[in-house]
Amino acid sequence: MEIRIANVRKEFGRFPALHDVSLNIRSGELIALLGPSGSGKTTLLRLIAGLEHTTVGKIYFGDEDASQKSIQDRNVGFVFQHYALFKHLTIADNIGFGLRVRPRATRPSRKEIRRRASELLDLVQLPGLDRRLPRQLSGGQRQRVALARALAIEPRVLLLDEPFGALDAQVRRDLRRWLRELHDKTGHTTVFVTHDQEEALELADRVVVMSQGRIEQVGGADDIYDAPASPFVFSFIGESSSLPILVRDGEAFFEDERVSLPVRDCEAGPSRLFIRPHDIDVVADGGGTFSGNVTMVRRNGGGRRVELAIGSGGHRVEIEVPAEVAPAIGSTISIRPRRWRVYADAAPTGPVTTAAAMKAAEPSRAVAAE
Amino acid sequence: MPAEKVFVPPDYQRPTESPPEVAAIPFRQRSAVTEPVWVRTILIVVAVGFVGLFLLLPLVFVFVQAFSMGFGEYFEQLSEPYAQSAIRLTLLVTAIAVPANLVFGIAASWAIAKFEFKGKAFLITLIDLPFSVSPVIAGLVYVLLFGAQGYFGPWLEANDIQIIFAVPGIVLATIFVTFPFVARELIPLMQEQGTGDEEAALSLGASGFKTFLFVTLPNVKWALLYGVLLCNARAMGEFGAVSVLSGRIQGFTNTMPLQIEAASKEFSRTAEVAAFSMASLLALLALVTLILKTFLEWRYADRLSSSAQAH
Ligand SMILES: Nc1ncnc2c1ncn2[C@@H]1O[C@H](COP(=O)(O)OP(=O)(O)OP(=O)(O)O)[C@@H](O)[C@H]1O
Ligand SMILES: [Mg+2]
Repeated sequence: MEIRIANVRKEFGRFPALHDVSLNIRSGELIALLGPSGSGKTTLLRLIAGLEHTTVGKIYFGDEDASQKSIQDRNVGFVFQHYALFKHLTIADNIGFGLRVRPRATRPSRKEIRRRASELLDLVQLPGLDRRLPRQLSGGQRQRVALARALAIEPRVLLLDEPFGALDAQVRRDLRRWLRELHDKTGHTTVFVTHDQEEALELADRVVVMSQGRIEQVGGADDIYDAPASPFVFSFIGESSSLPILVRDGEAFFEDERVSLPVRDCEAGPSRLFIRPHDIDVVADGGGTFSGNVTMVRRNGGGRRVELAIGSGGHRVEIEVPAEVAPAIGSTISIRPRRWRVYADAAPTGPVTTAAAMKAAEPSRAVAAE
Repeated sequence: MPAEKVFVPPDYQRPTESPPEVAAIPFRQRSAVTEPVWVRTILIVVAVGFVGLFLLLPLVFVFVQAFSMGFGEYFEQLSEPYAQSAIRLTLLVTAIAVPANLVFGIAASWAIAKFEFKGKAFLITLIDLPFSVSPVIAGLVYVLLFGAQGYFGPWLEANDIQIIFAVPGIVLATIFVTFPFVARELIPLMQEQGTGDEEAALSLGASGFKTFLFVTLPNVKWALLYGVLLCNARAMGEFGAVSVLSGRIQGFTNTMPLQIEAASKEFSRTAEVAAFSMASLLALLALVTLILKTFLEWRYADRLSSSAQAH
């Protein structure tokens, strides 16, 4: 089932939780909504499900307008962050619930419901637990039961709100792989919410990065990581540092001094240079683009992290060096970015509210170096 | 706070395992809040004494008096026509008031716990009103509204509807006083449970009614039973508001508490037995309620709201 979200706006009271969001979800796709807390991920998911209704805009399931349909008629499988299993029902009854509450004409027989429940329990790899109550299961098992319950109604779309949010890291990783396999097996169009970027990039076909009620970028892991569409995406995904620079006449200036950085394709004006710690080379003999004093050194897995204070403004930049290198605090290091992106500063407007202002803030002026 | 943020000076030394001054105290494992034995003894004696004197003794006295002329007289008095009529009336009124408040209580707590609307806090306060208003005043208000001189009086008279000094008045008064019991049990529990389960049921295709029946109701059933129990006990025992509205016509509008009072005003030995035999029924109801209530609290403590145990 293809889902099209067309210019959706959602307000709670007068507070806009989503501004003019548009998104096309392909049939059979596994897509992640990624963003910081409060960015509107859950709101968007609940709008697709029909748990909330749009203030403006429409949501299409295939060619039909689902916005006017009730949640019951949309036929979506929703998996809640805290499972929301029915405490007083056995696992089998939980899974069969969606079938049991159907009107008599379409309701399968009791035996059929029981058979389907145990089939789904096998699918989520929990055979034989049908007699248990939810409280007799572990968190990871409950999550899988919640998924089985959602699948029982043969939904057109599967929606998951932070499905692994409440689980520990090891279980998360296992379930992640398992969900991917399940998705590939059943082929449901699946949308899941997460604020764990590793989870999103690893699991999803495409990732939707959201911030403050807007979609910042939609793309595969490579697009998001290698070609971030905005300063927000650059700093939200992976680690990064940034420096204020000025672009004038195809040259870059940092604190009024020209720096050797090819910025010919960048728009003139005050901008920000974004770099990642592992995309920075250390240059011997002070021949680099920037130089700074070491303020902190810390061991980080296979390498070492060094924090530099650059320029008179003392801008912090983190670089990664091999573990064998251990610069002394206070020593001066010269660096040269290997890969970077420059984003022109947005006009200093207040909170962007109108569509026109939004266009102005769009990060189309970003230019990247390879 | 993360443990690593706790600052520990390098010369910090752990205190020795048991400071000598504590070890010297003869009490074994005395905790800071444990009082000396004599204080505890006095407190317990005072508490037990009070309960015995003011609660248990009257209860025992009720049964002693009820059976003071033997079992025969006890049942004799209870089968008197006036007594029979009072029992029937009380049962009738309870049978109307409790289901009415059950429905109202579920509706109100559903609205309060699951929806956002203006004036919600006011509604919650309003539900508690019968707890703070004297029942006599409640009765008087109904007299003002429905009495011959009241606002609706003339209209009621024209349509030949009798509310005051009749069964409808008694039912109204009882509903008023027992208004809060069910709602008060359900509101905190439903608020605590939120709407997650209901949303899950709806997303699985259940209609609103089936969601209520299969999800909401089972989630609150014990609290509901608890509220109904308290509501029932109060409905059967209500005196103040009912006495204002009933008109106290023996055999017609006297409920059990009113009949007890009527009998206790006659100074004869049999009237006394009549009063206490009826009182023993109410006392029995109180005991049964207490036992069931304790059982619910013990068995389903986790499924009643925390405020329920405060009663
Ligand atoms: N029912 C509601 N009433 C009022 N405001 C709401 C409601 N639901 C969400 N919001 C607001 O909308 C914004 C987006 O919320 P949403 O729950 O979609 O965020 P989220 O991206 O899912 O965050 P998280 O990662 O913390 O779950 C937040 O600022 C939140 O306060
Ligand atoms: Mg959320």
